[in-house]
Amino acid sequence: MDIYATLIAILESSIRLCIPLVFACLAGLWSEKSGVVDIGLEGKMLVAAFASAAAAGATNSAFIGLGAGIIAAVTFALIHGFAAISQRGNQIVSGVAINMLAAGLTALVGNAWYAQGGRTTPLEGNARFLPLTWPGAEVIDQIPLIGPIYAHLISGHSILAYCALAATVASAFVLRHTRFGLRIRAVGENPAAVDTAGVSVTRLRYTAVIIAGVLCGFAGSYLSLGQAAGFLTNMTAGKGFIALAALIFAKWRAWPAMWTCFLFGLLDAVAIRLQGVSVPGIGQIPVQAIQALPYLMTVILLAGFIGKAIPPKASGLPYVKER
Amino acid sequence: MPAIALTGIDKRFGEVRANSNVNLTVASGSVHGIVGENGAGKSTLMSILYGFYEADRGTIHIHGNEVRIRSPKEAIAVGIGMVHQHFMLVDPLSVIDNVMLGAEGGALLSKGEQHIRAALAKLGHDYGLDIDPDAIVGELPVGLQQRVEILKALVRGADILILDEPTAVLTPDEAEQLFALLRTLASQGKTVILITHKLHEIMAVTDHVSVMRRGEMVATLETAQTSPAQLADQMVGRHVLLDVSKGPAKLGPVRLSVDHLVIKDSHASLRVKDVSFDIRAGEILGLAGVAGNGQKELLEALAGIITPTLGRILLEGEDLSLVAPTPAERRVHGLLHIPEDRQRMGLVSAFSAAESMILGYQTDAEFGTGPLLSSSAIEAHTTKEMDLYDIRPRDASLKTAKFSGGNQQKIVLAREIEHHPKVLIVGQPTRGVDVGAIEFIHKRLIALRDAGVAILLVSVELDEIMSLSDRIIVMCGGVITGERTPETTNDRDLGLLMAGVTERAG
Amino acid sequence: MSAPIELPKWADVSLVPILAVIVAFLIAGLVVLGIGESPVKATVLLIKGALGSGEGIGYTLYYATNFIFTGLAVAIAFHAGLFNIGGEGQATMGGLGAALVCLRLDFLPWYIVLPLAIMGAMAMGALWAFIPGYLQVKRGSHVVITTIMFNFLAATLVVYLLVNVIGKPGSMSPETRVFEASAHLPYLHEAFAFFGMTIPKSPLNLSFILALLASVFVWILVWHTRLGYAIRTVGHSPTAATYAGISIGRITMITMAMSGALAGLLAVNEILGVQGRLLLEFSSGYGFIGIAVALMGRAHPVGIILASILFGMLYQGGTELSFEMPRVTRDMIVAISGLVILFAGALDGLIRRPVAGVFARLLKKGA
Repeated sequence: MDIYATLIAILESSIRLCIPLVFACLAGLWSEKSGVVDIGLEGKMLVAAFASAAAAGATNSAFIGLGAGIIAAVTFALIHGFAAISQRGNQIVSGVAINMLAAGLTALVGNAWYAQGGRTTPLEGNARFLPLTWPGAEVIDQIPLIGPIYAHLISGHSILAYCALAATVASAFVLRHTRFGLRIRAVGENPAAVDTAGVSVTRLRYTAVIIAGVLCGFAGSYLSLGQAAGFLTNMTAGKGFIALAALIFAKWRAWPAMWTCFLFGLLDAVAIRLQGVSVPGIGQIPVQAIQALPYLMTVILLAGFIGKAIPPKASGLPYVKER
Repeated sequence: MPAIALTGIDKRFGEVRANSNVNLTVASGSVHGIVGENGAGKSTLMSILYGFYEADRGTIHIHGNEVRIRSPKEAIAVGIGMVHQHFMLVDPLSVIDNVMLGAEGGALLSKGEQHIRAALAKLGHDYGLDIDPDAIVGELPVGLQQRVEILKALVRGADILILDEPTAVLTPDEAEQLFALLRTLASQGKTVILITHKLHEIMAVTDHVSVMRRGEMVATLETAQTSPAQLADQMVGRHVLLDVSKGPAKLGPVRLSVDHLVIKDSHASLRVKDVSFDIRAGEILGLAGVAGNGQKELLEALAGIITPTLGRILLEGEDLSLVAPTPAERRVHGLLHIPEDRQRMGLVSAFSAAESMILGYQTDAEFGTGPLLSSSAIEAHTTKEMDLYDIRPRDASLKTAKFSGGNQQKIVLAREIEHHPKVLIVGQPTRGVDVGAIEFIHKRLIALRDAGVAILLVSVELDEIMSLSDRIIVMCGGVITGERTPETTNDRDLGLLMAGVTERAG
Repeated sequence: MSAPIELPKWADVSLVPILAVIVAFLIAGLVVLGIGESPVKATVLLIKGALGSGEGIGYTLYYATNFIFTGLAVAIAFHAGLFNIGGEGQATMGGLGAALVCLRLDFLPWYIVLPLAIMGAMAMGALWAFIPGYLQVKRGSHVVITTIMFNFLAATLVVYLLVNVIGKPGSMSPETRVFEASAHLPYLHEAFAFFGMTIPKSPLNLSFILALLASVFVWILVWHTRLGYAIRTVGHSPTAATYAGISIGRITMITMAMSGALAGLLAVNEILGVQGRLLLEFSSGYGFIGIAVALMGRAHPVGIILASILFGMLYQGGTELSFEMPRVTRDMIVAISGLVILFAGALDGLIRRPVAGVFARLLKKGA
C-alpha cells in the first residue's frame, strides 16, 4: 500500500512537472513544423511567466494573468518571426537573442518593480490557477487502488493542466485533419511546393510562430500562476531546452511529444524523490544521472544510434524564391 | 483563338537579361515544344507564365483575354498547371495530401479528400494515370512522382499544362509513356507546353516548336516542317567566328586514359554510362554536348571530387583511384582542373584575389613555411600572375567577387597554368567572359598545348570546340555519341550528335 | 548571416556593429526610463564605475578576459561556418579539467602545475566541443542542438562530481578544496608588485595576458596559416573546399576542438586566477555573451577585444550602477547582450540595408 501511495504521488508530481513542458514542446512543434527553428522557447516561457505573475498580481485575476503572459510570449515570438521570416536572419542567433533578452528583462524589471531580488509579490487565491477538485474526489479517494487514481491523477490539477491535454488533442487534430495543418506540414518540408500551390509561405509561418507564442504563454503562466505562487528569476531553468529535447525525441509529432514530456516529468519527479534516498541493493542513485537523461537520450537519438530523428527538411532555412 | 499569346515579354535579373522581347503563340489543343540550350531563358519564360515571376514588360493573353499573373494562385485560376523540373512535392506526405495541397476544398480535409479521391480515380481511368492515393510520395519512383505532379495540375482543372524538362529524370520507357499521355491530353483539348533541350523529343511529340537562344525567341516552326538539324542550327546559332590560329599538333604519348567510366549521382541515377577516351600530350580534346549530359560529372570524377561507380582513370598509365584519389593528390600528380562553376568551386568570392589565387595550393611550400602562410609571398605571386595574365584591376587584395567574369576566370586560369599541369581539364572556360578575355584564354590554352600539355576542353560553345580542339568527342545522355576532327565535321553534324542522332549528316 | 548587402569594408566592420550597439543601448535606455530611472544618469554611473578608478578598470579587464575567450571560441567556429553555442558547457568542463590537475598535482611547483592545469582546461573544453563536431561529421546530428544538450550535460556532470567525487569532504556547498598556492595564477597587482610597481587591487590576473596571446594566436591561425585558410574556405564555400582538396569533416572537427579549447580557457581566469577552487556555475552566462561579442567584433580578434572591453565595462559598470541605482540590476547587461545579438546578428539586415542605401546615394552624388 505504501509503495502504491508513493507511486501515485510520483505520478501526480510527474503530471505537474510535465505541464509546462507539454505546452512548450507543442509550441516548438508548431514553429518547427512550419520550418522555423525555435531555440527561444525558454525565453518566451520566461517572459510569459513574468507577465502573468505581474498582471495577475495587479488584477487579482489568474485569467488576466494568462492573457498577459500570452501577449508577452507572442510579442517575443513575433520578434523571432520577423527576424526569421521577413528578414531571413539566422534563426539560431535570433533564438539565442530571445533567450538572453528575456532572462535580462524579466530579472531587471522584476527587481525594479517589486524590489525583492527579482521575485514578484507572492500570489494567492484568484490570482493563481489552483488545483480543481473533481466531484467526489475526497470520497472516491478512499476506494482502494482506483480511488487515488481518480483523486490524484485525474482530479486535482489546475485548469491549465487540462488545457495542456486539450492543446495536445487540438494540435494533433489540426495538424492531421485540417487544411491549415496540411499546409503547415508541407511548408516545413518544401516551402516551394506550398508557394507553387498558390499558398503564402510567409503567412503560414507567421501563423505558426504566433501559435507557438500562445502556447509558450500558457507554459509560462503555468509556471508562475500554477506551479509556483509568483515569478522567480530564471524560473524556467532550462525547461525550454528540455522541451526542445522532447520535441526531437518525439520526432516532431504531437502525441509522442506529450508522452515524452510526461516521461521527462517522471524522470524529474523520480529524481526529486530519490534525493538522498538509498535504494536497497543499489545504494544511492545519483540524482544528476537521472537529470541528465533527457539530454543524453536526445544526443544519442540525434546521432542515430537508436532510431533516427529527422527534422522537417526546410527547418532553419529562410524561403527564397529561386529561378 | 490561341490558348496562350505572349507579347513583348522582358525580364531582367540584375545585369542578366533572361528574356528579351519574347513573343509566343500556342494553339489550343496542341503540344508545343520550346527548345534551347541551358540558360536560353526557357524556364524564366515559363516561370513568368506561371506567376512565379512578373515580367518587366509585355502582355499575356489566355484564350484571348488579357490577364495579369502575379502569383501561382492566379496562374492556377486561369487554368495553367505546371510540372517543374525539380518536383514541387512534399516527400513525407501521401499522394493525396500532395494533390490536395492548396486545393483542399474546405477547412477540414475529410470532405476534400473524398472529392480528390474520386477525381484521382476518374483521371486514372480517363488517362491511365493510376496511382495509389495513400502512398508516401518520397517512396515512389521518380516516374510516379512526376505523375503526381501532373495529377496535381489536372485535379485543379488546368487546361494548359507546362512541363519543364520532364524527361530529365525518366527512363526511356517512362518517357515514352509520358509522351503518349501528352498526346492524349492534347487530343482531349488540353494545351501542352513541353520545355526540353532534347531534339528527338520535340520531333516525337510536338505539333509546333519554338526555339530560344540567349533570352530571345528566334523561331517558331511547325514540327512536321522542320528537322533536328535545322533546330540544332537555330539553337546553337551563328556566333561571331573566333579567330584562333594554331599550328598542327605535335602529339606526344598518351597522358590521360579514361577507361569504361560509369558515374552515378547522389540519387543513384546514371549520369555517365561507360565512357572511354584517351588524351595525348600536346593535344586538345574537345568534349561537346548540351549542358547536363554528364560532362559535369565526368569532369568532377576526373578531378577526384566525386568517385566513379565503375571504370578507371589512368594518368600516364597509373590508376588514379589508387595513387591519387583526392583532388589534392591529383594536383600533385599534375592533373589540374579549371572547374566549370568558377563562382562556387573555382574561387571563393569572399576571399581576396590573392587568397583565391592559391585555392588548392594552400599547402604548397612556396606560399609559406611550415604551418604558416606568407601573405607577402602570396601577394607577390599574385601580382606577378596578374601582370602575366593581364588581370584587372591589378589589386591582389581586392575581393574576388569584385572582379569581372573574365578577370575571375583569368585568376583561375593563371593559378592552374602556372602550376605546370601535365593534364589540364577545362570546363566552360569562357562562360560569362567578355570577348577580349575569350581571345586571351584561347591563346593561353593553345600555347599550353604547344608546350605539350594534354587538355580536355569541355564547352557548350561549339565555336570554341571547333576552333580549339584537335579532336572532338560529343556526349549526349551520358554516352559518347561520336568522335570527329574539326576538319571532318561542322556545326550541324555536331548538333546532331549532341542531340543523340548518331547517323552521319552532311 | 543574412543575404549579403554590399558595403565598404570599413563600414561593414565598424559602422554596422557600432550602430547595432547604439540601437541596443537606445532600447535599453527606454527600459531604464520605463522603470523610472534616468538613462543618462545610469550611463554616467556605468561609465564611472567601469573606468572611473584603477580598481574599476581592473575589474573591467577581468570581465573582458572571460569575454575574449568565449568570443574567440564562437568566432573561430563562425569562420568554419559552424555555430558553437556550447561555450558555457565547454567552459564548465574546462574548469573540471583545470581542477582535476590541481587537485592531483598542486603539491608540485607552479611552473609545472599551472601549465598542466591550463592544458587540462583546454583539453576538457576541446573534448566537449569535439564530440558534437564528431557527431555532426560522422552521424549527421547538428552541432547547434548537440552543443545545447552538452551544456546541460556538462552542468549535471560537474554537479555530480562535486557532490559525490571531488567535492570538499564535509562541506555543505558543492565545491572542491582550495588549491595550494602553486596552482594560483597571479593577480596582475601581484605581478606588478613583484617588479616593485603598485597598481590597484582587482581580480585581474595573468589570464588577461593569456587572452591577448590567444587573440594573437587566433589572428595568426585564421589569417596566416594553411589551416586557417582551410577553415575559412570551408566556412565560405564548402564546394570550393572540396575542389581544393580540403576535408570538410576534418576541418569541422579540428575547428570545434579549438573552439572548445578557447572556451575552456575561461576556467583559467575564473578557477586558477580568482576562485582557487572548482565551484558551480562559475561560467555564469559568459559563454552566451561570447556570441554577442563575436557577432559584434565581426569574428575578428581586434573587434572581439574591443567588444569584450565594452562588455567588461557593462559588467563592471553595471555592478557599480546597481549599488548606486538598486533598481537597475546587472541583469540589464544580459538584456543588452540579447539586443546586441539580435541587431548585430539576426536582424543585421535591418541596420545594414539603410546604411547600404545611404552609401549608394552618396556614391551616386559623388559620381
